[in-house]
Amino acid sequence: MTEQVMEETSPTAYKVIGTRPLRHDGVDKVTGRALYGADIQMPGLLYGKVLRSPHAHARIRRIDVSRAAHLPGVKAIVTAADMPQVGDKLQELGEGAIGLKYLSANLLATDKVLYHGHAVAAVAATSAHIAEEALALIEVEYELLPPVLDLVTAMQPDAPILLDDLRTSELGRRGETPTNIAEHIRFQLGDLARGFAEAAVIVERAFTTSTVHQGYIEPQNATALWNSDGVLTIWTSTQGAHSAREQVAELLQLPSTRIKVVPMEIGGGFGGKINVYLEPIAALLSRKAGHKPVKLVMSRAEVLMATGPTSGSIIRVKMGATKEGRICAAEVWMAYEAGAFPGSPVGSGMNVILAPYRIENLLIDGYDVVVNKPRASAYRAPGGTNAAYAAETVIDELCEKLGMDPLEFRLLNGAQEGDRRADGPAYRRIGYLETVRAIQQSEHYRTPLTGPNRGRGVASGYWGNWGGKSSVSASVNADGLVHLVEGSTDIGGTRTSIAMQLAETLGIRAEDVKPTVVDTDSVGYNDVTGGSRTTFGTGWAAYELGRKLKEEMIARVAELWEVAPEQVSYADGVFTADGRRMTFKEAAARLNEDRPIMASATTHAQEYGPGFATHCVDVEVDPETGKVTILRYTAAQDVGRAVHPSYVEGQIQGGVAQGIGWALNEEYVYDEQGHLLNASLLDYRMPVAPDLPMIDTILVEVPNPGHPYGVRGVGEVPIVPPAGALANAIYHAVGVRLTRLPMSPARILEALWAKG
Amino acid sequence: MATVWIPPLLRDLTAGVAQTTVTGEKVRDLIAALDARYPGLADRLIEDGELRRGIVVVIDGVATRQGLRARVRPDSEIHFVPAVGGG
Repeated sequence: MTEQVMEETSPTAYKVIGTRPLRHDGVDKVTGRALYGADIQMPGLLYGKVLRSPHAHARIRRIDVSRAAHLPGVKAIVTAADMPQVGDKLQELGEGAIGLKYLSANLLATDKVLYHGHAVAAVAATSAHIAEEALALIEVEYELLPPVLDLVTAMQPDAPILLDDLRTSELGRRGETPTNIAEHIRFQLGDLARGFAEAAVIVERAFTTSTVHQGYIEPQNATALWNSDGVLTIWTSTQGAHSAREQVAELLQLPSTRIKVVPMEIGGGFGGKINVYLEPIAALLSRKAGHKPVKLVMSRAEVLMATGPTSGSIIRVKMGATKEGRICAAEVWMAYEAGAFPGSPVGSGMNVILAPYRIENLLIDGYDVVVNKPRASAYRAPGGTNAAYAAETVIDELCEKLGMDPLEFRLLNGAQEGDRRADGPAYRRIGYLETVRAIQQSEHYRTPLTGPNRGRGVASGYWGNWGGKSSVSASVNADGLVHLVEGSTDIGGTRTSIAMQLAETLGIRAEDVKPTVVDTDSVGYNDVTGGSRTTFGTGWAAYELGRKLKEEMIARVAELWEVAPEQVSYADGVFTADGRRMTFKEAAARLNEDRPIMASATTHAQEYGPGFATHCVDVEVDPETGKVTILRYTAAQDVGRAVHPSYVEGQIQGGVAQGIGWALNEEYVYDEQGHLLNASLLDYRMPVAPDLPMIDTILVEVPNPGHPYGVRGVGEVPIVPPAGALANAIYHAVGVRLTRLPMSPARILEALWAKG
Repeated sequence: MATVWIPPLLRDLTAGVAQTTVTGEKVRDLIAALDARYPGLADRLIEDGELRRGIVVVIDGVATRQGLRARVRPDSEIHFVPAVGGG
């Protein structure tokens, strides 16, 4: 069931936005004709494989590739010795920065391996089997070091050190002693002591969450051809072809314009396909093999072992409320695993954790901590799910102690325009309270839940969204079809949502725009498809493009009719002036006889409005097994303006499904030596269809004043509330507060037994 | 005069002062004025002549990528916040 709640201007003002046309890439996708990276074939193609560390923490004493090199069919072998020295420069990925030295060492280990699965060497051979056989012939001598697998150990002053040069950074101040704590960030508002002094009720709890993976179905892949003329072409599955190009350029010390990245279709990314893993290795193998194309495709085990999971964390929350139910103070301490190299999403977790609430006195301390696990990379609202889980559980407990309805509590404390975020700036127009009201008025919430071991939970969530840089161009063909050229990877239907904004601006049908995602040589720079930015930012570029095309066509129609451009009107796809009339298609035909019609536009949009959501879930807990069955789930979200409501609903349902997996089942399991024990989808338990009910959505439309069509990002918010909502539902079902994710059957049973 | 919110981890340089007003046309001017009042503050915010990576200036609720070159109004509210990314 889907509802749409319009808070402000009526969508009937639009002809295309708000409709549900078929997606432009639909037929290729459902017939299996769409080409993914693993589909690449070309003459002389070589197959690459990567040798990975069997240890979590070890010094590399020696690598001997001589036996492997003599195996017939082996054409090239590379190690870190083949990588250029890249120095200490920071590389901007469009989604945060990383030290190039660390990015390089993550691709191929230099002096140390820092996690089980860390790449050590790679082989290119005439077949995948020969390449695999060659890996077994590479001799690596390791000196084992003690692994550091948890945050508490890693933060001890006498902990084994992962990175000898790492010092704690605190806003421009660098610590003096070696450490595993890469960064400390602090947000502070008001007077914490004064705030807690006003509290009638205080709840304080500590939470632990496990390392989890994005779980995209298509593994990482890359094919590279480093031609003898020095031009490098890479076909890959990436969230950002330009970002991949820039990373490869810096890592291989090449001018970026000597590299062409061709983005293939992408089978999911969720943040995990922003960093490069295979692309530079494929390139080095290609050059070393005599400028032959080389393809690498990860196995599922490699994806889980060696590509970005998101952080496990420890989060402590202390929150106080007055007897009237007003939150008067909140203190948060949070430490996030960065994996082997700095860069956890603790900063964004800090943004998320208290975002839905107006809290005048708060202190949040966040720590980015390296441990012997794969380097964390972005995962849909990075750091948000675990943060909201902690805060929303504490809020539920405050409501219980105060005897307040959890939605009334949120309405009393909910942030609105003018209230301050935890990091200081005030919100502009946001729609948080509208999402709470939408759940409050929903048939779901108004229907009592009955039966033993059943409980209902609610939770809210936030994501800040992003704008980024976008470039698009288009040509109007003689038959009126508009070819739209864009560079934003289409993960969730953005070809269509961008084309629809161009169509709306031009006053034509969405089907009369044909969008194509092209390579880095064929369009201007585009930031990654991430941060929920693409429909907002590239959509804005399409809007600007439409205005330019319209302006040019009006001027040329005026020339044709021998009138001033001001005399020509254009509405609903028809040009008019002095009783004369010409449709868009007629104009396209006539004007193309003279000369082609083309335009381009770029944007770097900044006024990305944040998104908020409130979720409600009903569960039944089996007290014999600890299994949680989800009976009903409703998600209300401020989506700004739903350009294509079906895709917005899909984003919400997908985010909720991932959040449920994170909450109930998913976790990396390591042994004491740091070996990952569940690197397969049989043992890393993601939700499958029978685990989930139909996820109902309520699209609340509070238009973003910072976008011409009111668009807000929608893709990340929905993964934020599920863990908190489920924890609260489980508590109300069986009376135990779960303070550790995942809330697996075993943990629920343990909690039930402890309760007695 | 523009109101600048001092990031909590820089308040050791301002004896705990959390907000202050300064005059300037651009963010660069504001930081120079702050540094004159609270020596060492500019070193913490600026690196190699640019705003330190990982810090974003928010002017009147809107993040700007123009960094030190960004213009401010006399009644603007300025924050320096950590840059964060999405997935």
